[in-house]
Amino acid sequence: MVIHKNTMAISRRGASTAKWEKFVKYFKKNYDLFLMILPAILVILIFNYLPMYGIQLAFREFRPEKGLTGGEWVGLKYINKFFTSFQFKNLIVNTLSISLASILIGFPIPIVLAILFHQIKNEKLKKIMQTTVYIPHFISTVVMVGMLNVFLAPNTGIVGHFLRSIGLKPVNFMGMPEYFVLVYVLSDVWQHAGWNSIIYIAALSSIDTQLYDAAMIDGANKWQVIWYIEIPGIIPTIIILLVLSMGRILSVGFEKAFLMQNSLNLKASEVISTYVYKIGITSHQYSYSTAIGLFNTVVNFIFLTSMNYLAKKFTDTSLW
Amino acid sequence: MIRSSNREDTIFNILLIIICVFIFFIIAYPLYFIVIASFSKPEYVAQGRVIFYPLGFNLEGYRRIFNDVRIWIGYRNTILYSVLGTAVNLIVTLPAAYVLSRKDFPLRNSLMKYFVFTMYFSGGLIPTYLVIRRLGLIDTIWVFIIPFCLNVYNLIITRTFMETNLPTELFESASLDGCSNFKFFVIIALPLSKAVISVIALYYFVAHWNNFFTGLIYTTKQELVPLQLVLRQILIVNQVFLEGSGLGGVGGDFAQMLADIIKYGLIIVSTLPLLIIYPLVQKYFEQGVMIGALKG
Repeated sequence: MVIHKNTMAISRRGASTAKWEKFVKYFKKNYDLFLMILPAILVILIFNYLPMYGIQLAFREFRPEKGLTGGEWVGLKYINKFFTSFQFKNLIVNTLSISLASILIGFPIPIVLAILFHQIKNEKLKKIMQTTVYIPHFISTVVMVGMLNVFLAPNTGIVGHFLRSIGLKPVNFMGMPEYFVLVYVLSDVWQHAGWNSIIYIAALSSIDTQLYDAAMIDGANKWQVIWYIEIPGIIPTIIILLVLSMGRILSVGFEKAFLMQNSLNLKASEVISTYVYKIGITSHQYSYSTAIGLFNTVVNFIFLTSMNYLAKKFTDTSLW
Repeated sequence: MIRSSNREDTIFNILLIIICVFIFFIIAYPLYFIVIASFSKPEYVAQGRVIFYPLGFNLEGYRRIFNDVRIWIGYRNTILYSVLGTAVNLIVTLPAAYVLSRKDFPLRNSLMKYFVFTMYFSGGLIPTYLVIRRLGLIDTIWVFIIPFCLNVYNLIITRTFMETNLPTELFESASLDGCSNFKFFVIIALPLSKAVISVIALYYFVAHWNNFFTGLIYTTKQELVPLQLVLRQILIVNQVFLEGSGLGGVGGDFAQMLADIIKYGLIIVSTLPLLIIYPLVQKYFEQGVMIGALKG
């Protein structure tokens, strides 16, 4: 038995040196390939992996002279501080309501749009529709929120004028916490649903044309084609994107929430990312802010991996 | 047996047209309104009388915009960051994507994992901030150019495109003729990847143009401020007038109306460059994005 094990180990070592020699040979011949990818490796190392190393700051006291890694260990002090803080519940509720509403409303609409556009047989009309719905995607978040501010101004904005014209009282949408999620999600749909439909349009156009021919011979109508051919055809794409969006469950985009925030709607607009900014950048509590950020990242990561696991188990489609 | 149309399909087509018109209106009208409002008399816009076309044609808003030095500085900086930044993005992304598309490259899979992991996990705001501060990038133009100059999503799109569009035989025959990897990349791979290069160049350019975060976190210097921060001052914080004249009383009402016109104009002035570039690239979308997006 022992001898057998040894020979195995030796042969494995032999295999790995052979592999190594092969690698060295490849490297000598193709060293330029390694040089070509080196900048990318370094940039990711410095700006993505080095900050990950700095996560330990969440468990240490920040000392300016110690830099990234911080000073003495404090264990879960800052994590506990966050869990017991009076803001905790509010932040989680706000963040979750925005991202769940985004998934509930924002996730299906691009699918519907893609199926809709796929039915347009007139190429010119199709082009016009697609170009139109892509345009808002290029507007910056600052401009988008600026547009919301002028459009929703109760006395001078078009929405206020419209409400008055149909006999309703104008509402100060930007100043009321109860409307924050609605305004946030609907403006997001307006801005990005068209763009997000691109991937489904691509998936739809890669469906095997034989399926359509067969359906036509069977006398299927358009509803049946959509229901029995097109939707099943894009299910894998839908699942992948759903897994990805569940992986961002606690990541409400900082910029939009931050820019839409004002003293009147703060009760609903303070989300984890804006709080991390306030604690960290504005009031310099680096360790505490790192801890909150870490909590955010870990929850997202857990959601992503478990959704991916479920998707793999039940549908055979997964990210990895 | 093949029926060209039946009653259900007719209903379907009518519904389709109605929904399309509705969607077109929802998306296009706000954009159209911004344009007509920016050319109208401030009072008419505020009273809600501008609906279908400009009323009381007037260029006062644009005159103010072109006389505002903040906007000029922001514009200049953003053009610089976007052009230089996109160039750096491409210089880092394209060679890396080519290497990862080579099936004979031994570290291909492990490096792919190395890159993809950062899409799902990050150090967070403060550790990143501390790294960038330590590198001395704060309050320099390089903070807009160097950090995150590789977008992993764009890397994957480009790699997938190159994988499907550059046949291995092409490289093998070039290699027999004594062509080095780098030379092959520059002379053959890049010209064949025009479609995907245009698309990711557009993505990168738009990201730089609309970048607000970097300016907010990493600069305090007035002369480095990008356009988006200036836009925030004017559009959101409502500091429309340089001299900061009071927004109160009767004169204040008029000032706020004028301010709104300036905002409409500014939205157009700041977004126009992207809307001009976009059609130039659009024809590559199908080729570039779809292949990359689906298989990636």
